[in-house]
Amino acid sequence: MQSMESTRSTRSLSFPDKVLHRVFTHLTSNEDRNSVSLVCKTWYNADRLSRSKVSIRNCYSVSPEILVRRFPNVRCVTLKGKPRFSDFNLVPPDWGADVHAWLVAFADKYPLLEELSLKRMVVSDESLEFLAFSFPDFKRLSLLSCDGFTTDGLEAIASYCKNLTEFDIQENGVEDTSGSWLSYFLESFTSLEVLNFANLSSEVDFDALERLVSRCKSLKVLKVNRSVSLEQLQKLLVLAPQLVELGTGSFSQEFSAHQFVDLESCFSSCKNIQSLSGLCDATARYLPAIYPACANLTFLNLSYSAMGSDELDELLMHCPCLQRLWVLDTVGDKGLEAVGSNCPLLEELRVFPSDPFDDDTIQGVTEAGFLAVSFGCPRLHYVLYFCQQMTNAAVATIVQNCPDFTHFRLCIMNPRQPDYLTNEPMDEAFGAVVKTCTKLQRLSVSGLLTDLAFEYIGKHAKNLEVLSIAFAGSSDRGMQCVMEGCPKIRKLEIRDCLFGDAALLSGLDKYESMRSLWMSSCNLTMDGCRLLAKKMPRLNVEVIQEDESDDSEADKVYVYRTVAGPRKDSPPSVFTL
Amino acid sequence: MSAPLEHDYIGLGLAEASSMEIASEKLSSTSSSSSTLSTEQNSSSNNNNNNSNNGNKALLDFKETELRLGLPGSKSPERKPTNNGVSVPLFGKDIENSSSKGYSLSPLKNIVSGAKRGFSDAIDGSSGNWGLSMNGKSEADLCKGAVLYSPRGGGLDEKNKIIKETSVLPQSPKAAQEKKKNQLPASNEPNSAPAAKAQVVGWPPIRSFRKNTMASNLAKNNDDDGAEGKSGSGCLYVKVSMDGAPYLRKLDLKTCSNYMELSSSLEKMFSCFTIGQCDSNGLPGRDGLSESRLKDLLHSSEYVLTYEDKDNDWMLVGDVPWGMFAGSCRRLRIMKGSEAIGLGMYHFFSFSLERFWRKTLLWSNKDK
Repeated sequence: MQSMESTRSTRSLSFPDKVLHRVFTHLTSNEDRNSVSLVCKTWYNADRLSRSKVSIRNCYSVSPEILVRRFPNVRCVTLKGKPRFSDFNLVPPDWGADVHAWLVAFADKYPLLEELSLKRMVVSDESLEFLAFSFPDFKRLSLLSCDGFTTDGLEAIASYCKNLTEFDIQENGVEDTSGSWLSYFLESFTSLEVLNFANLSSEVDFDALERLVSRCKSLKVLKVNRSVSLEQLQKLLVLAPQLVELGTGSFSQEFSAHQFVDLESCFSSCKNIQSLSGLCDATARYLPAIYPACANLTFLNLSYSAMGSDELDELLMHCPCLQRLWVLDTVGDKGLEAVGSNCPLLEELRVFPSDPFDDDTIQGVTEAGFLAVSFGCPRLHYVLYFCQQMTNAAVATIVQNCPDFTHFRLCIMNPRQPDYLTNEPMDEAFGAVVKTCTKLQRLSVSGLLTDLAFEYIGKHAKNLEVLSIAFAGSSDRGMQCVMEGCPKIRKLEIRDCLFGDAALLSGLDKYESMRSLWMSSCNLTMDGCRLLAKKMPRLNVEVIQEDESDDSEADKVYVYRTVAGPRKDSPPSVFTL
Repeated sequence: MSAPLEHDYIGLGLAEASSMEIASEKLSSTSSSSSTLSTEQNSSSNNNNNNSNNGNKALLDFKETELRLGLPGSKSPERKPTNNGVSVPLFGKDIENSSSKGYSLSPLKNIVSGAKRGFSDAIDGSSGNWGLSMNGKSEADLCKGAVLYSPRGGGLDEKNKIIKETSVLPQSPKAAQEKKKNQLPASNEPNSAPAAKAQVVGWPPIRSFRKNTMASNLAKNNDDDGAEGKSGSGCLYVKVSMDGAPYLRKLDLKTCSNYMELSSSLEKMFSCFTIGQCDSNGLPGRDGLSESRLKDLLHSSEYVLTYEDKDNDWMLVGDVPWGMFAGSCRRLRIMKGSEAIGLGMYHFFSFSLERFWRKTLLWSNKDK
């Protein structure tokens, strides 16, 4: 009896393990995995042994040692480092987020590492070389908004990662010394599927690129930089008609009519293109060449192309399936009307300013353009919109037309600008957004805003996870409303607002359930921050003090939860309280 | 707080207007850091509020020489007529023409509609809504809230600060801190004179790589040789500023093929600004403002047309062949004659100006 019981209990312990592992491999979402790991110790163990992908969205929230100890079998890692406002020069360059310590830990414990995605991390050439040497199975590298490396580091990757399938170097602060890194791929190397070097600036070795494209038959994504001419692009397309995502280089060249026809037929043989970007300097003359390739286009990125409204209209008529569109505001309200007319399936729109620091001249888009899109595109749920003027009424209408917004990022470029027709604050606009769009996850506010806007947000934005605030609010109460009212808030970034220590401390209960809080150029004092640090020992309260003129004020404060304790690599300007 | 005596088109009272004069005038290439600017502006606005009484007196002297906007349909401010009948508010409209005190300005023929939209009618359609539609708002309402555009008084005294709009350079944190401090009073007083637009670190929130790409895009376009520009490629926009105008315009040089067309484009662009010239009686010399009147005004060496070339030097327009000019012109500026003196061009401008106008205006008169 006893032996039977113990056998049964042993069986019930060992049996579920294997099955659990099998079952858990089907759990791809890390949120689900996080949940199952909390059920019981067995499940926790099953999860930790079988988890192959981890995503660490704040590299200082955990240490490499803790990570490798818990998850010994990881193959894919995502790491995000600096606070988002580092993109806008608000974080000192030596702040931290160096990837090297992680790579060292991975080399030891994850020798089979396949994939590394880094965002806002500091990556040196030495780190890239180390990566190339340490992981023979390495397949996928993605660097987004990183800095610290040069094309020398890319050479190392190209030379030594023999199984590389994805090489995605986008939007980084790369010191581009030469384009010869492409020639470092071995002639025997054929596995590349994704190649994105669109934001590198130097000339590339085109012959090497051509040979690479020709021998990598599985290439699906190719995004070249501006140095690649239209004629060169044509050669590449002939070699790779199977491309699914294409980023062109410079799209303007003196072509004869005959050459144009060739170009056009080249594009028409690319039947699988779903995403198109680049098109720098694209002119009305050559754009028609791409029309044949646009039948299945779902993502069109024109944000590097100063296109006018007529050209956009013409182009969009050929893109019936478009779901995501990024443009410059050179298209104007008229261009956005064309979007509203031609893109009924549109889900995401981003309008970037072409000349953001030129506020002398009237240009760009207004509320009229946004309205036009909202009337024509009821499925719109993601918007990023830079404009010089907006009204409360327009925003109210827009969200009535498109109540499913999940991401609403409106940037009225002049700080503290009111509704230009009524001269009232923009409180009602964002009030309308949060009241109508119950699925709202991400919100960026701008314009003249009082505490009322934040009352609305606290009261209605129950699914809000990320909130960005600049030049807004009239008192501490504003931030308090958000801290007390938004249960799912994860990331809060605030700059140039009046919020002071009382506001900071109102979130005491919340910060451990949040990823991070950033407050810069607000009214915080060192004492307030010290108090927060004292009351919440499992938070890192970092103050960035770049000059010693006023020691009592805390100009830039970054607060985040961590199990790794205060970090040891802070530069002199950063104090962890 | 000083009572607003007049209201500029942009909704500033007189007292606030003076602080605006002290604030930026975005013109030439000399620069001061924008942190200095905001310090200046805020200290001046504080001074303004504190010394409103004294300020008013000093301001009245300013009034004589400043160029300001008036609301469309508003009467021009009272002024003592000066000896040389210097022009009064550059943009003041007095459509009613009924004032007997002071003098009224003659409206432009092509603007007169009696309506409040005044000069905005003359703005070409592409620029659209300037965002300042008044629509019968009371002047008091206009005082509220932020102002969209800072006025630029032309030819004012040394209190003008000149800043240059540069692409964002990472400012020292100290500057950012100063800015923060200076912004606090501003945000506490929503009715105070709004800041002239200073560059703020990291605003608008656009990633550096995108900013750099855009900057190089613009530079690339401007570097194109006008004569041999890529065929079919868009345009060759240059900014055109006129001393005293509250905002700049952009002109596509490709739409002009010679100096004559350039001059007529410029006239069209800036003719919406009434330039009245009055005799000693304070009455307008003539009814209406025709294009020829504008030309006369410009011709009479009140204004000088200059451009900034690739080497960032300011040159007089008209010296070089058109192709060379279009290829090297980065921006245009219609400068007051007195400013041109400051630029050391005095000796040349009467000479060159003659040449320029001879080439363009007199020819166009001939064509008529």
